Amino acid sequence: MDSGVEQTRELPQEIDTKTDTRDILARETKYQKDKGFHDWTIVDVDAHHSEMSSWREVVEYLDDPILKHYAQEFQARTGGAPGLSNHMPGLRYQDAGGRIPHQTHMGEAVDDSANHRDITLIRRSMDAMGLDHQILFPGNLLQLGTHPQPRVEAHLALAYNRWVCERILPVDDRVKTLLYLPISEPDMCMKIIKEFGDNPNVSGFMITAVRYKPVHHNQFIPIYRELEERGLPLAFHAGLTWGDDWMKQLDLFISMHAISFVLCNIVHMTNWIIHGMQERFPKLDVIWIESGLAWLAFLMQRLDSEYLMRPSEAPLLKKLPSEYMADMYYTCQPIETSNMALTEETFKAVKAETQLLYASDWPHWDFNPPSTIYDLPFLDEQAKRNILGENAVKLFGIDTKKPRTA
Amino acid sequence: MAELFVGREDEFEDRGRKVIAHGDLEIGVFFVDGGFYAYENKCVHQGGPVCQGRILNRVVEMISDDKTSQGLAWSEDDVHIVCPWHGYEFNLKTGVHPGYKNARLRPFDVKLKDGEVYVVT
Repeated sequence: MDSGVEQTRELPQEIDTKTDTRDILARETKYQKDKGFHDWTIVDVDAHHSEMSSWREVVEYLDDPILKHYAQEFQARTGGAPGLSNHMPGLRYQDAGGRIPHQTHMGEAVDDSANHRDITLIRRSMDAMGLDHQILFPGNLLQLGTHPQPRVEAHLALAYNRWVCERILPVDDRVKTLLYLPISEPDMCMKIIKEFGDNPNVSGFMITAVRYKPVHHNQFIPIYRELEERGLPLAFHAGLTWGDDWMKQLDLFISMHAISFVLCNIVHMTNWIIHGMQERFPKLDVIWIESGLAWLAFLMQRLDSEYLMRPSEAPLLKKLPSEYMADMYYTCQPIETSNMALTEETFKAVKAETQLLYASDWPHWDFNPPSTIYDLPFLDEQAKRNILGENAVKLFGIDTKKPRTA
Repeated sequence: MAELFVGREDEFEDRGRKVIAHGDLEIGVFFVDGGFYAYENKCVHQGGPVCQGRILNRVVEMISDDKTSQGLAWSEDDVHIVCPWHGYEFNLKTGVHPGYKNARLRPFDVKLKDGEVYVVT
């Protein structure tokens, strides 16, 4: 007789810092198959690995013998990171007091000794989230723009770039990067662009937005000119700092993170627009990364209003600031959706169907899986396909027919 | 309607749980302050495996009679489940987010029978 009781299987009780990435993201894997978008082309334009876990390897790529000695001595005394870096201990609150386990430790077992551990972790996340291609960035090095020693920033940037291009990127054709440009040292930037500009795994270059030099300064112009001539995109990757005077008033991580990650790009975008950089470099593709989207509608209206009253202070402009902003590219993460009507209007304002790029930000605490875009109620299928992958395919010239090595 | 076997009552310690799957449906069953509570293992935010997150008491802020803050403390009454994807928190007895009543987990009835625990779907 049927008892009416059905059998079940038991799942792990708790996801922790040692849980396999594929298990953490299993719901996304299944959701994509259920909804039928697992075979769409999905390009993740912002994901991270933890270069500090490989810091011992990275500093070996320093070509300055004295800085290298300092870094090695730090390791001998402290066991490795963060020698030479300027990472603030107070910024290690991303896991909300241990509540969000997938960023801070990443202690899952890896049995693939043939490849660097980072490659295995990257592949696991890409497979779990159905990603075809990924743009990879460092983690703590995004703070380097405020390093009190610009020369150290420049040499660490070069060392990291050489390490990631030699040890990480060649292993998997699906993984590319926008390489770090330490713009405090323009000569080093030019050296880096010349050394890596033709590297097939380098899709463009990136300026960390947490820094205090105005991006329109004449000393940076040759960098932008070189990138435009080479047809390589330039990205501004947002970040956070508690060292900024305004941020010092925000005494909780939630507050500082909410504002600092946006404020840096608001400042750089304002300078970029008002000083006519889009007129000076009309063929340079510019991408704004990891500030979310809500700031864009605000800044568009704000700058338009000011410009209409004071055009003499922005004489290079031939159209409204919001029109220049709609010509640039944006990554979606961390997307704000608590008011879907505002989200929809923002999508219209930035012409999301052609200008918005999906980004996961995995493994960070506020990551967005691809379903975040797929589930938006106001997008048709083509818009979803564009944002999840097609826009990035066009922007970076990704060959989607090339066989994958993975 | 189906009854899904979860386990024996005596397998649950206070604040203990089991997360079970039946086909595509995943359910977390929790034992808190002498009562059983069950929710779908799917966060209302972005679909994360909420029932497999950490169980922590709610954090409260102590405000004195003169309205000054006296710092933070653990609630003695409210127990939360925290989604491991992004940190959304829900009261384990109500399934509701502490600051947004529209964010609530999908609940299931729990049935106890001869020392065994079942959820009704």
